[in-house]
Amino acid sequence: MNPVNYLYLAALLFTIGASGVLIRRNAIVLFMCVELMLNASNLALVTFSRLHGNLDGQIIAFFTMVVAAAEVVVGLAIIVSIFRTRHSASVDDSNLMKL
Amino acid sequence: MNSLIPLLVAAPLAGAALLLLGGRALDRFGHWLGTLAAALSFVFGLVLFFSMLGRSTDQRPVHVQLFSWVPVNGFQADVAFQLDQLSITFVLLITGVGTLIHLYSVGYMAHDERRRRFFGYLNLFLAAMLLLVLADNYLLLYVGWEGVGLASYLLIGFWQHKPSAATAAKKAFLVNRVGDVGLSIAIMLMFTDFGNFTYLGVFGAAGQASRSQLTAIGLMLLLAACGKSAQVPLQSWLGDAMEGPTPVSALIHAATMVTAGVYLITRSHAIFDLAPDAQTAVVCVGAVTLLFGAIVGCAKDDIKKALAGSTMSQIGYMILAAGLGPIGYVFAIMHLVTHGFFKAGLFLGAGSVMHGMDDEVNMRHYGGLRKYMPITFVTFGLGYLAIIGFPGLSGFFSKDKIIEAAFAKGGTEGWILGLVTLVGAAVTAFYMTRVMILTFFGEKRWQADDEGHQPHPHESPSTMTLPMIVLAFGSVFAGGLFAFNSSFLKWLEPITGHSEGNSPLSSLTVTLLTSACLLVGVALAYVVYGRSPVPVTPPVGSVLTRAARRDLLQDEFNHAVLVRPGSALAAALVYLDSKGLDGFVNGLAAAIGGISSRLRRVQNGYVRSYALSMFGGTLVLVATTLLMRSV
Repeated sequence: MNPVNYLYLAALLFTIGASGVLIRRNAIVLFMCVELMLNASNLALVTFSRLHGNLDGQIIAFFTMVVAAAEVVVGLAIIVSIFRTRHSASVDDSNLMKL
Repeated sequence: MNSLIPLLVAAPLAGAALLLLGGRALDRFGHWLGTLAAALSFVFGLVLFFSMLGRSTDQRPVHVQLFSWVPVNGFQADVAFQLDQLSITFVLLITGVGTLIHLYSVGYMAHDERRRRFFGYLNLFLAAMLLLVLADNYLLLYVGWEGVGLASYLLIGFWQHKPSAATAAKKAFLVNRVGDVGLSIAIMLMFTDFGNFTYLGVFGAAGQASRSQLTAIGLMLLLAACGKSAQVPLQSWLGDAMEGPTPVSALIHAATMVTAGVYLITRSHAIFDLAPDAQTAVVCVGAVTLLFGAIVGCAKDDIKKALAGSTMSQIGYMILAAGLGPIGYVFAIMHLVTHGFFKAGLFLGAGSVMHGMDDEVNMRHYGGLRKYMPITFVTFGLGYLAIIGFPGLSGFFSKDKIIEAAFAKGGTEGWILGLVTLVGAAVTAFYMTRVMILTFFGEKRWQADDEGHQPHPHESPSTMTLPMIVLAFGSVFAGGLFAFNSSFLKWLEPITGHSEGNSPLSSLTVTLLTSACLLVGVALAYVVYGRSPVPVTPPVGSVLTRAARRDLLQDEFNHAVLVRPGSALAAALVYLDSKGLDGFVNGLAAAIGGISSRLRRVQNGYVRSYALSMFGGTLVLVATTLLMRSV
């Protein structure tokens, strides 16, 4: 199978994730979309690793997973604490950080 | 003996410091302390004078180095004193008249609650004036020059609660500043041309300097002299300076400080002798001021302002004499000293009259005072006879010599100057007779003041009359003493040099001419003021009279020529500054502020719009990278 197809898939997934981030308001869904984008990039990295015949891409993919895991831990904690105080998980409600 | 020289300055300086810093504890006896400081200085001066008399002529000038003030490589400014025949003459005049006027002020200022401060300022003036005449270099002279200016400012504005006095003080200070700039430029020129500014160095180097250099220095020194000595065109401050207490007018604005310009020119004779153009300028200034002051003196009804016009005119005589070169230096100083006596006496007399008349200064409200103030009348009368040059009195000898010297200048110049001085003598006789008649003769014209309080003229206390009597003696005998056996000429000649000139007229002719002018002036004044009662409200008068009452429009002239263009320039600069420079800076700030306040709308707090801009930015970056790679 032509590895380039994986790249098309990765691009598709990334676009879905990105449009989800821009369109949806629910913080949890937003979060999932971000994960989708991260995984799309992982897929692209692994594909490139295969295409170029070295392991650089795969190593970076591991890094991305670690970072994503850490991000999930911190991000979910924030979302939960926001939900507790505001009873809402909509990102548009938390718009106090402005001039 | 020479160690006494710094003490001359130190005594009044210490007095000033004590009186000004001492506080209320000194209020009770502060005035005597000030008088003592002046008297002490006078005694030192006398001791030094007699010790100088005892030495032979070439041993007389002495030099005392006190300390090095600014010892920099190539720039040597010392605090050093030079006492020669010229400076000791001034020292005796300043401390002698100064002591008498201190004594007079004890009585005159008796009811003033700030008397201690007044004496502090007087002592400060004495110290500065002595520093001026004792300095051995121009920089130290400049220190004294500024010091007397400061003391003059403080004393003119002594009654600062009167707005007129405060304004007069500021005016005197500002006009003097113009002259002071001249002196500072002269010192700078000396330093660049000769490399130093001691008398010894400058006069020694003057012989090798070019004529244009010397003329420039001479003209700057003349500007300085004009400012301090109230000569045209910087004369306008002296009339207003009469706002100060009368002893101040007598000491500073008649006898001593205003003659500093004559001292400066005489002291710098080595420069002026080699710069004939500068000398011509000096003579012109003297001749113009001589007539200017005399004309102003004729029209003033304020007794002090009439005397101020007279002072200006008499100093014009001295400046003219000093501008004549070696023919006139000695006589300039001689007239300066005799003038110091009789003009101080006249001012003290005027003060005594004012003291008895509840501070009334308008002579049209005096009249017939001779019966009420006999001592003042006699002393004032002697001063009057001296100033108009009545034969035998002080003014006769000194003024006559100046008129002679003016003729002796030779050529057309000599004739013009001689005639100017003769006319001046006639006008002097006119206005002084006018003052005399208006004040002491005729009907009494006193008026009750606004509260119906009638003045009760009375003779002044003895502290005031005593100095007047002493000065009257000076007015009578000083001239004769100086002229006797040409003693003053012989005394000063080694310092200033002297030449007889070539007069087209004999000495006797000049004396007769002068006396004739004197008679004409007195007779004219008697016809105008003596024969008919003097109106209390001044008549309208001719155009010249009206102009002379307003000081020959000098303030209007200054206003039109200097003040108004100056203000216009300042206004234009302010406009340029506020609209141009400030406008640019403020506009820039406003533009940045406006752009920023629009930009900050981007910070709307919505996470998703931030995310969009991040995506947008990334897209742009990727697109650019791809584009660059493809190129």
